[in-house]
Amino acid sequence: MVTIEDYVARIEGTCGEEKDVIVIFKYDKKDEALAKILAKAKIIKSISGIIYELTFKNFSFRIYGSGKAIFRSLKDENELKTILSELLL
Amino acid sequence: MLDPYKIREDFPILKRKINNYPIIYFDNAATSQKPKQVIEAIKNFYENHNANVHRAVHTLSQEASELYEEAHEEAARFINAKGMEEIIFVRGTTEAINLVAYSWGCHNLTKDDEVIVSLMEHHSNIVPWELLSRVRGFNVVYVNVKKNGKLDYADFENKISKKTKIVCVSHVSNMSGVINDVKRIAKVAHEYNALTLVDGAQSVPHLPVDVNDLDIDFLTFSGHKMLGPTGIGVLYGKREILESMEPFQGGGEMIREVSFNATKKRCSIAWNILPWKFEAGTPNVCGGIGLMEAIKYLKRIGMENVKAHEEILTKYAIQKMAECKKVEIYGPKDTSVKCGIIPFGVEGLSSHDVALFLDNYGIMVRSGFHCAQPLHEIFGLKSSARISFYVYNIREEIDRFIEVLKEIEQI
Repeated sequence: MVTIEDYVARIEGTCGEEKDVIVIFKYDKKDEALAKILAKAKIIKSISGIIYELTFKNFSFRIYGSGKAIFRSLKDENELKTILSELLL
Repeated sequence: MLDPYKIREDFPILKRKINNYPIIYFDNAATSQKPKQVIEAIKNFYENHNANVHRAVHTLSQEASELYEEAHEEAARFINAKGMEEIIFVRGTTEAINLVAYSWGCHNLTKDDEVIVSLMEHHSNIVPWELLSRVRGFNVVYVNVKKNGKLDYADFENKISKKTKIVCVSHVSNMSGVINDVKRIAKVAHEYNALTLVDGAQSVPHLPVDVNDLDIDFLTFSGHKMLGPTGIGVLYGKREILESMEPFQGGGEMIREVSFNATKKRCSIAWNILPWKFEAGTPNVCGGIGLMEAIKYLKRIGMENVKAHEEILTKYAIQKMAECKKVEIYGPKDTSVKCGIIPFGVEGLSSHDVALFLDNYGIMVRSGFHCAQPLHEIFGLKSSARISFYVYNIREEIDRFIEVLKEIEQI
């Protein structure tokens, strides 16, 4: 069974008041992960075709062609995992 | 002047590409890259000299001991300490400060005493004192930082008193790059019979530092921020103070004798001489040798040249960043009062967004609090992005950084 761990290498909580969360996708799965996310989330803005500002179910986030995503205003890690599951699986 | 283009040839990692872009490494305040000379010294040690140090008669141990002691001597000369007795090898600045807090503080601080700490400190010069104060009951008194990022010396002079036993301050702020006048601080502290501990993590790698001239009692710094390996750092202490202190950790190497007294049914222990009294257990021998090579490398360049090079880059970066309409630089912009560290923000974006965007183009910068949350609170910031320079950085990298920064402004 495919899980989010198949796509995600690391989840990094950041320091700073913003409490942003960075999701780093596995190098060999990043293109697949980005394609799945772009297919499901709404693209608000694309910058140079490598950075996308997206929304999904009232959550706004950005993904980068380098295979990283930044989520903000999340309640906790469970909420992040729920969103990632819906986007990736 | 140093030649950064020639220096770059010594750093293998700078040949790497990330996302098909050449690496631009602007996170030097967090850690520095390593020249091939340091990498080779580490390799050479493990291939040819590896053994445990001291108290063995075999050849490899003799060689390892000589190299390890030579590393202490090299570190002593680098900061103009009187000798290797004043140089304790530790894991890094954090461990050095904890060593002073526990070895000196545990035995010299009581509930009526005060420890002065500045609000621009890295957490590693705040938390050990707060932790110890909970055990020993003394008061931690904080010196304000002005809105312009400079230390409030008047506030320091108002707060120091006969109750003050030690003043703990960074030489250079790891967030703003502001250089503190630690010679002035030490002079005032000594008038009150207080000691001074200077966190040199951001100064020793970037400026000439002379502990004799500054007349400070303790200086701490980390090898990995000055071209050396991780896991090795230095605590400098005046010999007479180190002599008077109890050891930090117990174990092998730090003792001269452990003898069981059958009548008392206890062991009597005699400490080893300095600096080994504070280096319990098998030390990071290879780390020390790597640090020695890093110091030799920096000495060949010349610390005045290192300082001058970073000042040129900082001035240039500040001038170019001022052209970016949505970019704000935090703290002073006058390079005569600061080192090569520039904290900044981009209007409407979190520092992490900025760092991720730059990373996409192979540009490495730090984002967040940089372990200096109180200083961010003074500046009224939720976080900041930070660029910081070293000997291998060049103007062309700043130009590329500015190009990408201008793209970020379009978000």
